[in-house]
Amino acid sequence: MSSSTRESATTELRPGGRLAKPTSMWQDAWTRLRRNRAAMFGFVFVVVLIVVAVFAPVLAPYPYDKVDFGAITQTPSREHLLGTDSLGRDVLSRLIYGARVSLSVSVVAELVILLIGVPVGMISAYYGGWIDMMIQRVVDVLYAFPSLLLIIVIMTYLKAALKVAQGPIAGMVSTINNATGGLVGVFLALALVFWLTVSRLVRGEVLAIKERQYIEAARCIGVSNRRIILRHILPNTLAPVVIAATFGIPSVISMEAGLSFLGLGVEPPMPSWGMMISEGVQNIRSHPHLLIASGVLLSLTLLAFNFLGDGLRDAMDPWMKN
Amino acid sequence: MGRYLIRRLLLLVPSMLVVFTITFFLMHATPGGPWARTGRPLPKAVIENLNARYGLDKPLWEQYTSFLVGIVTRGDFGPSYSRYGRDVKDILVDFFPVSLKLGAVAMVLALVLGLSLGVLSAVKHNTWMDYVSMFLGIVGVSVPSYVVATIMIIVFAITMRWVPTGGWDGILSRRILIPAIALSLRPMALLARYTRSSVLDVLRRDYVRTARAKGLPERLVLARHAVRNAMIPIATVAGITFANVVTGSFFVESVTKVPGIGRYFVSSVSARDYPVIMGTTLLYAAIVMVMNLIVDVVYVFLDPRVRYN
Repeated sequence: MSSSTRESATTELRPGGRLAKPTSMWQDAWTRLRRNRAAMFGFVFVVVLIVVAVFAPVLAPYPYDKVDFGAITQTPSREHLLGTDSLGRDVLSRLIYGARVSLSVSVVAELVILLIGVPVGMISAYYGGWIDMMIQRVVDVLYAFPSLLLIIVIMTYLKAALKVAQGPIAGMVSTINNATGGLVGVFLALALVFWLTVSRLVRGEVLAIKERQYIEAARCIGVSNRRIILRHILPNTLAPVVIAATFGIPSVISMEAGLSFLGLGVEPPMPSWGMMISEGVQNIRSHPHLLIASGVLLSLTLLAFNFLGDGLRDAMDPWMKN
Repeated sequence: MGRYLIRRLLLLVPSMLVVFTITFFLMHATPGGPWARTGRPLPKAVIENLNARYGLDKPLWEQYTSFLVGIVTRGDFGPSYSRYGRDVKDILVDFFPVSLKLGAVAMVLALVLGLSLGVLSAVKHNTWMDYVSMFLGIVGVSVPSYVVATIMIIVFAITMRWVPTGGWDGILSRRILIPAIALSLRPMALLARYTRSSVLDVLRRDYVRTARAKGLPERLVLARHAVRNAMIPIATVAGITFANVVTGSFFVESVTKVPGIGRYFVSSVSARDYPVIMGTTLLYAAIVMVMNLIVDVVYVFLDPRVRYN
């Protein structure tokens, strides 16, 4: 692993013998990323998806929950470009609104994952000793928990508990949760399980970084722990954390879809791709188009994020590239 | 090594206890008990009788200890709530072997295909073969298994009629093809990606250059030096993946109607069938932990430089 690329800006010698303007690590990464066609496909796809999700009310031809018993399970037509489902709801509109669910899960859940995982990993590695030991025992035990089972158990609890939660804070969370069709529960369940990986990654990085001479130097001149962590260690863990987050997004999206597929995710009529796939599976013999639309869109989205993650990893850490 | 092994085995006990405790209290804290019915609720007297019969009227800590004592002393998880007259043990014996067999077949497929693809793309680095297998690698990681399974059902079962749409007949029947392939895709892709980077890494080592310099045919350089050493990190990945494959069959089982424990677990969670939930969770936690332990132990034999003390 080469950290030197992350620490210093690169300067290249131009043919004329003059030093080129130094570029930052992020600029370098962006230049390399732009050359990667698969990663750019991923990038463009994700940007389009974000635009679609943000402007869903404008773009969707119908409301996502508009039931039309005069037009159930229709194949694609001019009125309904991707057909209708078993309640006569427009599949395209539901997919467009479903993008909101998937993307909000990826943003919020991933953010919570980082907010838990990064500080825990950093504190564990930086302070070491018994703090590290305590934290690592907890992480080890949670790691031994089969993650899918843990998510299902936590999700079942949150789904039922958040519906009836009382009190000033819990009541507010409960209101938001019910208004969003159970999204808060999904965020929490995913975050409570997936922070482990991030914390391990950060711990490993920090263990390596804290032995560096510049940290020793900072400590010698009396810089406080807080400042060392925030100014010297945190920025140097950013690249691997960004890469891990990019790879984490497809796994939270597919886990949300999986939970909704099993009926444990968001509540109907809120459209989730996973739920639409599960409805498609039930009507697979008679109306395969229901499954194909949602299944292909979910797969393409995951593919796009994985391409982007691969590209980012190669771009930010060229030494790691094989 | 002996002391390390003993310490690791002893650590299994508190870990299992924590898993047990978390699951127990989380499940019992979840609103809606095992007798909650949608539509017409059960009469109050019936619920009270049921609670008394299964000991659910006792204080929570008493339920916790008596349940724990039952498991530790007699290996007894008690009766299932939702299947009258069936013990958790019977249910696990009925459903778990199916998941285990399906997972094992999927894992064999994943190992054979994943390792070959990975080695192939490392050896043919930056050729079209490399690009194709790495594209397969990324697709395999991206497409969810239940989507693959359903698409395969549409194509091979409904349209072509080559295989039945679902069900279970043991590992030697055609019914296993769709669930096994769908389940193997993700681990296959992961293994292919890891194998590729591991082989590429080894190919740059000095001993490979030496082997080539002394005139060893490329085939033997690969077989004797490169691939063997590249397999060491793969063992870790493969071990952990196996645990994931056996536990990860929930989705595939429900699409292909395989009567495995995954499908049963999901329904027992929504039915709040506490004993079944506890039994399944502990079983899976044990598998994951033992698998991790085996991986760490095997590592010592694969890589003589690794020493535990």
